[in-house]
Amino acid sequence: MKPIRIITPTGHLGTTPLEKASFERGCAANPDYIIADSGSADIGPYPLGADKSASNEVWQRHDLEAMLVAARKLKVPMIIGSASDTGTDRGVDQFCGLIADIAAQHGLGSFRMARIHAEVKVAELIRRRKAGATIRGLNGRPDADLALLERTDRAVAVMGTAPIQAALNQGAEVIIAGRSSDCAIFAAPLLNAGHSEADAFFCGKAMECASFCGEPFMGKETILGLVDGQGVHVSAMHPGQRCTPASVASHAMYERLNPFREYVPGGYLDMTNCRYVQEDERTTLVTGQVFVRDSALWVKLEGSGKIAERALFIVGIRDPYTIANIDAAIAWAKGKLTERFGPIGRDYDVFYHTFGRGAVMGAMEPTQGHQALELGIVVEVTCADAKQAEVICHIAAKNLFYARLPNVRGTAGTAAIMSDEVLHARAAYEWTLNHAIQASRADEFFTTRFDTVRG
Amino acid sequence: MKLVDLATTIRSKNAGVDHITFDIICRERAKFERVRDSGALSRESVAKLFKVPLERVTDFVVFEPANAVKFTIRRVQPSGCKGETDMFGSQQYAPLFDVEIP
Repeated sequence: MKPIRIITPTGHLGTTPLEKASFERGCAANPDYIIADSGSADIGPYPLGADKSASNEVWQRHDLEAMLVAARKLKVPMIIGSASDTGTDRGVDQFCGLIADIAAQHGLGSFRMARIHAEVKVAELIRRRKAGATIRGLNGRPDADLALLERTDRAVAVMGTAPIQAALNQGAEVIIAGRSSDCAIFAAPLLNAGHSEADAFFCGKAMECASFCGEPFMGKETILGLVDGQGVHVSAMHPGQRCTPASVASHAMYERLNPFREYVPGGYLDMTNCRYVQEDERTTLVTGQVFVRDSALWVKLEGSGKIAERALFIVGIRDPYTIANIDAAIAWAKGKLTERFGPIGRDYDVFYHTFGRGAVMGAMEPTQGHQALELGIVVEVTCADAKQAEVICHIAAKNLFYARLPNVRGTAGTAAIMSDEVLHARAAYEWTLNHAIQASRADEFFTTRFDTVRG
Repeated sequence: MKLVDLATTIRSKNAGVDHITFDIICRERAKFERVRDSGALSRESVAKLFKVPLERVTDFVVFEPANAVKFTIRRVQPSGCKGETDMFGSQQYAPLFDVEIP
């Protein structure tokens, strides 16, 4: 089997720019592929639901440019997964447009580009559900019913390796993929080269967040992965960073419910018996991973739906008496809202995010009884109508200014108003789908189109 | 001794959209073994610390290759919903600092 070298310069292309020096070191190590993931569910349900990127196009372009110019110079394929944060069709097409622009700008000659769309129409999911398909809830969620699907504005299917392997086999030199399993974009070329699923998916697992698998902690630095039949070799390209057994193993558990299993379409990677060995100063070799194939093929679905419009207002409190009695002040403010707009939770919702008193941890905060010198309160109001959200939010915040507490000394206002304005906020969305649907083929929800880009 | 004096990494982060996962990692094997064997960290103790019912602690494991203890708590609503307090789940670990390790 041919040893395959992959470099990745960023764990989430577009958030902040990749670091050039370690990327150039990676390019000098003769990689066979340049690969990066560009998506995340951490950014919340808004970008998927509203179909907007969370990243700034300036940095998306910056990283795509660095990768494309290098890939064309080295004559190696470049693969981007989960384009433009969401991996929706908009994101894929946006990135393909940027690739064409960059190619023209740099005169990169002609190359074959594959775009793989991963969006699934909600109507199609409803049709399948009505026809009896199970849309299985993941991580303890109940299975999807029609009401949940109807609350979903937009959904993507998460691709495994199959569509990417096929695009490579058909000569793609640049692949812009929609929502993809982070591991799969790395595993696809390794599987095509005949490497084991265990090594291919482990390599993806180790590399998906780029330099997060090294130490000390650094983002946006390039990592080199080598798969050669002996195992997975992971190296840091920044001269001040090392991939150590501790750093690679601790990354294996990052952002996962459980450090022993990584689920991908078609099965899971079992990392229970992984052995991590320091090979040289900056490289760790990992062996012992096992891939367990599922008998049925389940494809993960992510979906988001709009709940309401949102408005925010910021107030501060310094009076120690008001701070000591903030629950009573908020209760009074809520009471006034209820009088005028009806019960909270019916036509609108209000949240007093009291920074300095449990705003970060809420009900999970174990520490009680600390009184802060100041409180910062962000008042959040949600309501179906944007204008009404603004009206309610203004009163919800101003009611803290007028709060009636029995022994208050400051009778000219019980809150500091940073700026007497309601801040327009993005609409509130909800992750409606964290589910899986059974597929008959691994490429069932994905469509690939090839273009020749002439730079 | 407090956990913050034994562990080099104490972090929390989303694990998917419905869970927050907590990682406690010790650089030195001896310190890890002390934390692991102390009994101070268990599914029950973290449920109590964070005031969540036991069934919301969906995973609790010792991960030997990383000198780590890891547990995962199910959110009451998915990340980023209205009223969200920590969308990335990245500031929920602080109360672990003061856990007494005998």
